[in-house]
Amino acid sequence: MISIQGVSKLYRTELVQTHALRALDLEVRAGEFLAVTGPSGSGKTTLLNVVGLLEDFSAGEYRLDGVDIQTLNDDARSRLRNQKIGFIFQSFNLIADLNLYDNVDVPLRYRGLPRAERRRRIEGALERVGLGSRMKHYPGELSGGQQQRAAIARAVAGEPPLLLADEPTGNLDSQMAREVLEILEQLNAQGVTLVIVTHDSEIAARAQRNVHIVDGMASELEPAAALLRRSSQDPSHTT
Amino acid sequence: MQFFYYLALARRSFLRHRVLTLLMVVAIALGIGTSMTTLTVLHVLSADPLPGKSERIYSVQVDANPRSPGQEPDPQLTRYDAEALLAARRAQRQALMAGGATALQPERPDLRPFYADARYTSADFFAMFDVPFARGGAWSAADDEARARVAVISKELEEKLFGAGQDMGQRVRLEQHDFVVVGVLEHWRPAPRFYDLAQGAFEQSEQVFLPFSTSNELQLGISGNISCWGDPGPDPRALAASCSWVQFWAQLDSRQQAAAYRDFLLSYAEEQRRAGRFTQPADVQLRNVTEWLDFRRAVPSDVRLQVWLALGFLVVCLLDTVGLLLAKFLRRSPEIGVRRALGASRRAIFTQFLVEAGLVGLVGGVLGLGLAWLGLWAVRQQPVQYAPLAELDPTMLALSLALTLASSVLAGILPAWRAGQIAPALQLKSQ
Repeated sequence: MISIQGVSKLYRTELVQTHALRALDLEVRAGEFLAVTGPSGSGKTTLLNVVGLLEDFSAGEYRLDGVDIQTLNDDARSRLRNQKIGFIFQSFNLIADLNLYDNVDVPLRYRGLPRAERRRRIEGALERVGLGSRMKHYPGELSGGQQQRAAIARAVAGEPPLLLADEPTGNLDSQMAREVLEILEQLNAQGVTLVIVTHDSEIAARAQRNVHIVDGMASELEPAAALLRRSSQDPSHTT
Repeated sequence: MQFFYYLALARRSFLRHRVLTLLMVVAIALGIGTSMTTLTVLHVLSADPLPGKSERIYSVQVDANPRSPGQEPDPQLTRYDAEALLAARRAQRQALMAGGATALQPERPDLRPFYADARYTSADFFAMFDVPFARGGAWSAADDEARARVAVISKELEEKLFGAGQDMGQRVRLEQHDFVVVGVLEHWRPAPRFYDLAQGAFEQSEQVFLPFSTSNELQLGISGNISCWGDPGPDPRALAASCSWVQFWAQLDSRQQAAAYRDFLLSYAEEQRRAGRFTQPADVQLRNVTEWLDFRRAVPSDVRLQVWLALGFLVVCLLDTVGLLLAKFLRRSPEIGVRRALGASRRAIFTQFLVEAGLVGLVGGVLGLGLAWLGLWAVRQQPVQYAPLAELDPTMLALSLALTLASSVLAGILPAWRAGQIAPALQLKSQ
């Protein structure tokens, strides 16, 4: 699903240049559940943005589902992102002006699906996360856990094979976090590839694979080892 | 389909940011309203009074008045020269003319005598200027030569004197002389009234048209500019008087004919110089209607100034709208980031926001049209000659819509482009 070889990302300003990723290699097969961990500023979120086609990279090669990303223009990248990737963010990123139905509708609109098909998918996705009765509610009327579930519904409504989540439980209490994680695991069990950037040791422990990033360089850890390693660090924010 | 989605999003955005949207709509409406008001006034004042023919109808200037070298010839001719050019018949059509005012005595006992604006001219006037007849027709060249007591009157005058739809042959009494009505005109008001700008470029057309020859014989009252020099004699209208007061127009259907006519005028002027009537080298002017209106500055200069000021105001309003749109769109950066993450391309974001800007412009434009209508109503209340002409016609309506569309797109391009350039990753993390 994801094939990254020697990818680097360099941020330049007039005075400073910062290596967010350094010749990073990463292979993720379809259906895997991968946790990306690392200290703040290590490059985890940059990696997620590159994988999610939200940022360009400075060097290296990236193939998503066999497609060489560097050959694509913005239109093609956007289309690929819409078809292949679902995003889940720490702060939910629902559009406040839109009710849940319309929020979930957004990626489907860009897909150009007919109205009846969109309706079927939206209702199915919201039912799946337990928000079938809240379709006309606005994000501000929901709890954090409900908002994150709505964000998951939006991410999966287009039935993308890859879900990218950046600290999906970071703003939730433990009960809500567990609920969200269970939904994500169910999706993974149904074949969706799951890449989660997290500081949460429980999520990392439940992932099939752990990739630890430090100073833009990745190393693969066993999930249990990762758990031990992170328990000795101070979890704060992702980069 | 995406277009309707963008329209729905724009509507939602308007409702959410009512005050900001209202400010933009009002800015565009004011700009469009003032621009369209002044442009419409300019349009009606600078309209072609002879559509399809104005390039073939020429004002003739052959000046007998001694003047400094390089000075423009007098815009009017002496009666002698005008009658000589008419008699020469070197153009397809030609007409001499002068304005006048005659006392009219109605036969109806309930109507008191009144003065009617008159034009003393020759037979070709009507055909050359495409004057529309409701009934009857023009008098003939033979009537000109015979100084016939014939008249063409306006429909309004006919209705006033006789009631509508009378047979030809009615008589009108002008300054104690009876004239047979041979033709009744449909409503005719060329604007500008190109053939005699000296009496007001945007005045109504005359009510009575009489043969020039007859008016001279009967010494009917004339009006307009008279320019005399040397010893003009006791009667400025006399054939030999050194006074210019007659307008002369000719129809020349091709460039070759116009060139040949100019040569004819030069040879005529040279002939007059040899005869001792003209003292300066031959100098003539031949200008078609368009050139004539431009030369005589038929459109008041303050109207042109107003148009420039209004267009400047429109630019200011648009710049204001650009600023407000930029502020509005950039405030929605987080939403743009989310949409980009969910599959919107830069092009899609650009289109979405351009549609929103276009909708602001459209609403502003419609409101601006209403303001233009009000503005033109205000112009019609002014004590100026052209006031009644200030109406929004289909051409100006189409121009208004085009101006609205262009303005809103212009105002929206930069903010929409900036919206499309927003980096999604930064927005997603910063929310």
